[in-house]
Amino acid sequence: MKFGVVRFPGSCDDVDALDAATLVGDAVPLWHAERDLKGVEAVVVPGGFSYGDYLRAGAIARFAPVMEDVIEFAHEGGLVLGICNGFQVLCEAGLLPGALLPNASLRFVCRQVELEVLDPDTSFTRACARGQRLSVPVKHTTGRYYSPDPVHALLRYAPGQNPNGSQDDIAGVCNEQGNVFGLMPHPEHAVDPLTGSTDGLRIFESIRAEIDDRVVA
Amino acid sequence: MTELLLSRHRELGLTDREYDLIVELLDREPNGVELAMLSLMWSEHCAYKHSRKLLRRLPIEGPHVLLGPGENAGAVDVGDGLAVAFKVESHNHPSAVEPFQGAATGVGGILRDVFAVGARPIAVLDSLRFGEPESSERSRYLLEHAVAGIGHYGNSIGVPTVGGEIYFEESYEQNCLVNAMCLGLAPRERLIRSAAAGVGNVVVLLGALTGRDGIGGASVLASAELGEGDEAKRPSVQIGDPFSEKKLMECCLELLDRELLVSLQDLGAAGLTSASSEMAGKGGVGIDIDVSRVPLREPGMEPFEIMISESQERMLCVVEPERLGEVAKVCERWETLAARIGEVTDSGQVRVLNSGEVVGDLPVEVLVDKCPTYELEPRGGGPPPAADALRANAAGSGPTAPRDSLLALLRSPNIASRRPVFEQYDSIVQSRTVRRPDEADAAVLKLPDGSAIAVSIDGNGRRVACDPRRGAAEAVYECAANLACVGAEPLGVTNCLNFGNPEKPEVAWQLTEAVEGIAEGCEALGVPVVGGNVSLYNESPTGAIFPTPVIGMVGKLPDASKAGRLGFLREGDAIALVGEFEPSLNGSELAKLQGEPPHGPLPDTESRFVRDAQRIVRMGVRSEALHSAHDIAEGGLAVALAECCLAGGIGATVELPGDFELFGEAAGRAFVVSGPQDRLTGFQTIGRVGGQDFEIVGRLKLPITELSGVRDGGLRYA
Repeated sequence: MKFGVVRFPGSCDDVDALDAATLVGDAVPLWHAERDLKGVEAVVVPGGFSYGDYLRAGAIARFAPVMEDVIEFAHEGGLVLGICNGFQVLCEAGLLPGALLPNASLRFVCRQVELEVLDPDTSFTRACARGQRLSVPVKHTTGRYYSPDPVHALLRYAPGQNPNGSQDDIAGVCNEQGNVFGLMPHPEHAVDPLTGSTDGLRIFESIRAEIDDRVVA
Repeated sequence: MTELLLSRHRELGLTDREYDLIVELLDREPNGVELAMLSLMWSEHCAYKHSRKLLRRLPIEGPHVLLGPGENAGAVDVGDGLAVAFKVESHNHPSAVEPFQGAATGVGGILRDVFAVGARPIAVLDSLRFGEPESSERSRYLLEHAVAGIGHYGNSIGVPTVGGEIYFEESYEQNCLVNAMCLGLAPRERLIRSAAAGVGNVVVLLGALTGRDGIGGASVLASAELGEGDEAKRPSVQIGDPFSEKKLMECCLELLDRELLVSLQDLGAAGLTSASSEMAGKGGVGIDIDVSRVPLREPGMEPFEIMISESQERMLCVVEPERLGEVAKVCERWETLAARIGEVTDSGQVRVLNSGEVVGDLPVEVLVDKCPTYELEPRGGGPPPAADALRANAAGSGPTAPRDSLLALLRSPNIASRRPVFEQYDSIVQSRTVRRPDEADAAVLKLPDGSAIAVSIDGNGRRVACDPRRGAAEAVYECAANLACVGAEPLGVTNCLNFGNPEKPEVAWQLTEAVEGIAEGCEALGVPVVGGNVSLYNESPTGAIFPTPVIGMVGKLPDASKAGRLGFLREGDAIALVGEFEPSLNGSELAKLQGEPPHGPLPDTESRFVRDAQRIVRMGVRSEALHSAHDIAEGGLAVALAECCLAGGIGATVELPGDFELFGEAAGRAFVVSGPQDRLTGFQTIGRVGGQDFEIVGRLKLPITELSGVRDGGLRYA
């Protein structure tokens, strides 16, 4: 299968996401200014500071030409994964409910945290077990999730691990259709035992398994 | 006109004798544009006029050196066709005036130095010094905002901040230190020099618009003492925009990948003036620059302002005329402005034009080579005059029971956990970080072939104040010791010499001795200095800072998967001491807690013992005989052991001779290691890992939960 990783000016974790996706499939970069998804089967909107995060995190990136295609792709049921800044972009684009607010500490925080899988029956978590713990790092200033309405949370910070004051310890949510997923932790930074953990691979493996099933179907 | 200029040159920081020399060299009076340019190029910051002779003492040759001092950054060969470029630089005075932007642009500047040689920045470290945070609100403010500024820039640009150090001493109260170090990775053959070449080639300015920020930063801020009324200097501090730099960096790296540039140079202190003179000087050519072609952020800028502006996020490059179209395309893709502002000539002059009219015309040689260098007049050697009296007053104060001393040390700002600081930095972006802060004594970054590089930054002003020569050598030893603890062998050193006013004999002595110490340390370990920076005039009305040479060292280990850790790992492992260790309380953290001023002498260890100890640890880590390794530094053996317990989350029991100086220091020479008993035969074992207490039999016993609570709370202000 083929992943596409969006590259905005100011994306920082795009290469990391490409490398992580390459562990389970093929991966190509998608340039922000081009309306071409290159036939990919899943899109990753990576971390970083797109357009400097000026104005508000993710607020400008949602208007990038490539995002028009990503939104269309999502509306057609394509799998879209937003990590950190990508999560912020997907919320700004209206593909995910809620918003990311400044951390309760008002500071950037980089820390390995424990996550709990709330729902393993989705395209993004099917390689996990219910209640499974995943060790994955966070690194952000604007990661406090907030939604006035009930949401479908797939991951939450384990008790005592919430790094930013997120509502109900929510670490990642998906849309009602279940094909768009955003999370603040960085699964692409948890794919190599040398650099900390391999638990983040479960997310990429889930996407791979989902796409494989779809092809067979 | 002459009268006006005479008073003007003093305002710009030139002495009357220097001005007279300029007139003699030019055989005429310089005009306003030329005087502005010369005042910067002849500033301490750009011309190293008080340190240049001294720096010749440093060893600069070694088998791995690819780029040495004089380039934008030094570089060493790390094998597999790859080079690591690195450099440390100070941004002290801007940070003292405006800590957030000062520290942020310090990071921005050192990143540009590294990608200017064609290397992709892969890691940042920083070395910070502030006044006492317990008693000084200003120090807490500077700490908070400098840390935020470093994080803002490094995090936003996607370069991990993997390590660093912070110390607090009253001598830095008015004059904080912010030194930033950057490492970059490049294919060996892509390293590029800054020498301009090819008469008729085009000079292109890349990146941000040029504004009035940072006018005279190098001369006004960096080359004079801080004092009252520094608020007026705020306009001399530059403003950073990491988003612009991110695009500029990607743009430059792609231009180099496509081999479109003849040479590349960053614009730092003294802006276009320095960049054009340096490029012309190194290439033995001349450069014409037309200031009317420089894209400006504000209208009505004078030619001299354009030539010396220190606006950030700009680079200067030389391009062959037929490549201009391709260059423009790459720049457009990265939304980076590229302006053709001049050309390479054979005149040997830097000519400044304004819409074709010559407004300045100076020989390159006068700009870069003719600044007079000064002999230092060192005088000193004894402890500071008031030391004895202070010591008499201080005697008997501070904790005395070992248990209380340990808790007081772990709580003290110089030893307390750095977590509140390093958690504000992204330490993992780019996916190379094998050892994050607090996991090991040095940061470890993996390379594509399975090997890794290790890096550490160190310096202890209190120890150097005690004994500049041994203190400076100790900083080199400690850096190498940190590398040994992860299994790495040193390849190269960069240094930043932060000192007071070198025209004062005591400071001149400190500087001379410290450079000698660095040279001795580097020679003892066989590691060359590949670059660095000098920051003088770090003084305030209350006096000079502690002499603070900061050493950055890069090393290599063959197998990233065997990188060492500092924490005790396994119940039942033996704990051993490695090294000739004669700890002394002189200049120690405990002595500081007891109110003692720094005084020497520091222990003098034969260099072969240092080398041997480091080799034993390095080999032990590489062979996996050792499960943990940690060098004994601030707070001595007791603190080192406590740190190993805390990092591993497991206790330890050790037995030591009754008269052993638990808190005595001798950094860089001795280590606490642990490993399976049967692999530590021949080692001097002192105890065992296990339990939930840290115990030194007969001296102290504390639950590790209590130790961690105390240590974690020590730096809560950050």
